Amino acid sequence: MPDLSYVRSEMLPERAPPASQVGIVGWARANLFNGIGNSILTVLSLVFLWYVLAAILPWVFAPTWSKGSLNECREVFAADGGHGAACWGVIRERWVQLMFGFYPEAERWRPVLAFGLLFVALIPVLFNMISRRMNWVLLLVVLGLAGVYLGGVLGIIVGLALLGAAAFVGFKAFTTSKEDRAAEIASGVKRLPNPLFFSALYPFIAPWLLWGGTIWMPVGAALGFVISVLAYRSLLPFVGNLAGLIIAVVAALVWWLLLTAPFAGGLHTIIPIGLEPVESRDFGGFMLSITIGVVAIACSLPIGIVLALGRQSDLLIVKALCVGFIEFIRGVPLITLLFVASTLLNIFMPPGTNFDIILRVLIMVTLFAAAYMAEVVRGGLAALPKGQYEAADALGLDYWKAQRLIIMPQALKISIPGIVSTFIGVFKDTTLVSIIGLLDPLGLTNAIRADQNWNGIVWELYGFIALMFFIFCFLMSRYSMYLERRLRTDHR
Amino acid sequence: MKKTVFLGALTVAGLAAGVSAAATLEDVKARGKLNCGVVTGLVGFGAPDANGEWQGFDVGFCRAVAAAVLGDPKAVEFVPTTGKTRFTALASGEIDMLARNTTWTLTRDVDLKFEFVGVNYYDGQGFLVTKDMGVSSAKDLDGATICIQTGTTTELNLADFFRANNISYEPVPIETNAEGQQQYLAGACDAYTTDASGLAATRASFEDPSAHVVLPEIISKEPLGPLVRHGDNEWEDIVRWTLNALISAEELGITSANIGELSAAPGSNPEVNRILGTEGNLGEMLGLDADWAKRAIMAGGNYGELFAKNIGESTPIALARGLNAQWKDGGLIYSPPFR
Repeated sequence: MPDLSYVRSEMLPERAPPASQVGIVGWARANLFNGIGNSILTVLSLVFLWYVLAAILPWVFAPTWSKGSLNECREVFAADGGHGAACWGVIRERWVQLMFGFYPEAERWRPVLAFGLLFVALIPVLFNMISRRMNWVLLLVVLGLAGVYLGGVLGIIVGLALLGAAAFVGFKAFTTSKEDRAAEIASGVKRLPNPLFFSALYPFIAPWLLWGGTIWMPVGAALGFVISVLAYRSLLPFVGNLAGLIIAVVAALVWWLLLTAPFAGGLHTIIPIGLEPVESRDFGGFMLSITIGVVAIACSLPIGIVLALGRQSDLLIVKALCVGFIEFIRGVPLITLLFVASTLLNIFMPPGTNFDIILRVLIMVTLFAAAYMAEVVRGGLAALPKGQYEAADALGLDYWKAQRLIIMPQALKISIPGIVSTFIGVFKDTTLVSIIGLLDPLGLTNAIRADQNWNGIVWELYGFIALMFFIFCFLMSRYSMYLERRLRTDHR
Repeated sequence: MKKTVFLGALTVAGLAAGVSAAATLEDVKARGKLNCGVVTGLVGFGAPDANGEWQGFDVGFCRAVAAAVLGDPKAVEFVPTTGKTRFTALASGEIDMLARNTTWTLTRDVDLKFEFVGVNYYDGQGFLVTKDMGVSSAKDLDGATICIQTGTTTELNLADFFRANNISYEPVPIETNAEGQQQYLAGACDAYTTDASGLAATRASFEDPSAHVVLPEIISKEPLGPLVRHGDNEWEDIVRWTLNALISAEELGITSANIGELSAAPGSNPEVNRILGTEGNLGEMLGLDADWAKRAIMAGGNYGELFAKNIGESTPIALARGLNAQWKDGGLIYSPPFR
């Protein structure tokens, strides 16, 4: 080997990159101080941020949580040097009211339970990342906590039993790996029922929890669907598809409108199980907003899909009805519909009918959201290449199968951002009900200010309400992004 | 043709709704609750407290009627109404009576087909200005910017007043009282105008009330009173005479403190005896029992007690009785005799 002393004979060890290229410094150099122009912009932004935060933070962090009136807060500020700050005592005193409105204190566990169960019911619908067993564990935990909270010997025993069962199933679920479980199932071990069963029952459980009354009412309402399906199945061989469908719908309507009330009343006299009824007037605060928002969101999507399909239909009457409905509702402001619900319907309804104000508002908001939803879904349908429709036809699928298996999954996926935007819009629009005298959070701000203790408080209340709305809307928005990522299977 | 049928159906429905209104007393008794329309929130006059209990001057009157009719001042379903929904709520029968500081005007009485049963508060529109302005009369407000709620009679009153005095102003339109307070405090307007009772409550909520003055001019008449639907005279009588009973009680010195004693046995004053049912059959004439007025007064005290407790000088709002003093004390509050 010739003597090549200037050539390294061994590899140098890797060295860490210079301190100026990694870590916080490196990140700042790359992103914040990358050139003179960017450096100036960064400094200006920091100065701006400093000014904004220096103005807001001392206002937000004020030691006024325990104060009982605006004047007490002002005494604190005066002792503190005289600059104004937030008076959070109003939130401490009124936050229960902002949450539940006038819902009776002893019954407030019911909306909380309904809200908890909402998540249990939603999870299998919204996410597929959680296992069956974990979903049932969640349900048991929520019910168990409710039982323990309710207290009484029976409540605590049942609650603890449910929590115990939850712990047992949860423990088993954690200790067996996915593969072991798959093997168990393959060897014929019985699986837990699909949690979607509970999701399907939830629309009957939630109103019962919120409004109370006899348990036979939701049972009767659910029976309507059973009757409808039975009628369809038993009549199908004799009358054909369309007539069968119509008869099934009519049977369900007859059952709901005419027979459910006597059925529930009769059974209630025999087996009286029920909750203390709560009137709609007692609903208020965020509970009202969430009730209206959830119902409108849940009902508007299916109605909107049907309307969008109807608008594209070849059947003249169906098409005319759908187009007329959509264009009429979209051409009218929501507040007009709410005024119709609150004032006009009252006058034209036959005397003695007690058509619940919240029910009227729910229907109007749902119809309003459905019209917008229909157009969003139609956008998704229009974006699908014609080849998809033709391919579905070529496979020999009938209309409903083609929609269910080929068209809708793609169209809805395209429309997710639009759908969620509509949801968020509907949820925020629920605050409009304050104009017709319902005490939603915004309506309550007025009522709270009418207490002389808190007259003159503005920013604290609106800030708190804005924060709550932001949390809900932000979660919805994040979920839509998650859903888009999960469903991204296509050509991008 | 179709249109006529539709309109006809609506008319029939409307008439039917009107007919149903004819027996409010029976409806209320059958329901066991009085549906009383109130404000969604107005300082001193009606608002829910932290426990969701409604409090206030108008609310107190609802409770008095409930006590007279149903025997329980708590048997009231308070229906919050806005300025826009209040009249339809009453006309449609959703509420049995409206006690929501509503000004008695001819159109409301005649055209909207309501009956005002009396006046429980004489209000009037005034001006709030800062002391620094050095203004002592509303007539000095030439060229001032004035915060005013849009779409109310206050707007028209203001225009009339300035035109009559041949001075100019610049309106700053606002939507709600809260917005008015904020704009005024921020200096967006020199003066804030609304009903004098509202101005007093607004001023009381300021950090330094003494830096602001309510000018002496009252530029409009705002007689506020409870109202019921046109066409059910029995119910109207009950509500009217409940209000009169509260007013007479103050005049005759019947208070919630001494009412037990006065109603135990007929006393020396025959009118007190007639009100409290220890003499005569006034209650029976109204379709109620003999104790109706006693219960109404016990619900929250007589007119003066209600006033003092909710808006009087011992409260932060500190309204003087002024026009709302008894006629004997130089005010306008006056009840026809119980005879």
